[in-house]
Amino acid sequence: MLNLRLYMLQRVTALLMAPLVLGHLAVMIYAVQGGLSAGEILGRTQGSILWFAFYGTFAAAVAVHGAIGLRSIACEWVGLRGRALDAFMWLTGLSLFAMGARAVWAVTFA
Amino acid sequence: MTQETLKVTIDRGPDTAHVQTVFDVPAYTNQTVLDVVSWVQQNADPTLSYRYACRVGMCGSCAMMVNGVPRWTCRTHISKVLRGNAVTIAPLRNLPVIKDLAVDMDPFFDKWVAAEGVHHGALTRDDPIAPVDTSTAARAVADAGIECINCSVCYAACDTVTANDDYLGPAALQRAWTLLNDAKDDGRAAILDAVSDKGGCHNCHSIGSCTTYCPNDLDPMSAIAGLKRETAKSLFQRWR
Ligand code: SF4
Ligand code: SF4
Ligand code: FES
Repeated sequence: MLNLRLYMLQRVTALLMAPLVLGHLAVMIYAVQGGLSAGEILGRTQGSILWFAFYGTFAAAVAVHGAIGLRSIACEWVGLRGRALDAFMWLTGLSLFAMGARAVWAVTFA
Repeated sequence: MTQETLKVTIDRGPDTAHVQTVFDVPAYTNQTVLDVVSWVQQNADPTLSYRYACRVGMCGSCAMMVNGVPRWTCRTHISKVLRGNAVTIAPLRNLPVIKDLAVDMDPFFDKWVAAEGVHHGALTRDDPIAPVDTSTAARAVADAGIECINCSVCYAACDTVTANDDYLGPAALQRAWTLLNDAKDDGRAAILDAVSDKGGCHNCHSIGSCTTYCPNDLDPMSAIAGLKRETAKSLFQRWR
């Protein structure tokens, strides 16, 4: 159910997410303590390539990592196999990515 | 002195699924689980089917579930597993039951071969015998894994095998790791390919039931971790 390629993709995205999660938490705490309003936050993220790259990478990594993890669960606990399992993984990954990308776009460029 | 009796419950399958028979078996001071099963077959019910050969922990044919735990029955003293004076004996988990306590080991050995657990020779009979350097770290790893007796206890203990029928399982993967570390085996590429496929080492969740229950104190979980490392390394080497 997991071959080497999926396994490595999941490990690499985990490595990517580790610093991003820490960065995300740090920014959240900073924003709350500094008492930044939503408007002020948007003022800093809008048009920022840096924030787009940060959260864009995050959303993509989450989509890949989550879809592969849920694939294992769907196989071992729900009994999905073969094509159905692949379809489930792609659907999960694409939906996660669509939701993440929509949010990233909204705070950076929309 | 009156002799104590043991209450022995044995699964009778597969046609009579979940049917169990209870036997009263005389207790002896020195008695293994296999002795108990043999007593039943010889004295109480000659139709009881089970499997054994060596009776000394060499052949790997006597494994059964004893009170829900996979064990080599010829080397398990009954006093270790009794609850009160009762014990429940069932066929090995994760394998099809042929009858009573005898399971079909074919899937286990088919996966052994699918994991490339076969000898990959590089020499012919005309070549001189290659010396084996016993001092290398790789040889120590190979020497450890070679002690596997194919008893399938680890295979029965593994929940990933239960949940994922493609999964090659701890014994076959450990065999692949043993051969990968054996200087006399020339199958590196074939082995790495075989254990990287959809039923391969990357499905292992490293929970370690295999290592906990292996009667020979082998460590398939670490062997599988070794395969994960080697396959990852070989992938990076291919990318370079
Ligand atoms: S460590 Fe891996 S092989 Fe061993 S029991 Fe767990 S999943 Fe199975
Ligand atoms: S690794 Fe241990 S439990 Fe598994 S088949 Fe070999 S001897 Fe039996
Ligand atoms: S009978 Fe041979 S290992 Fe138990």
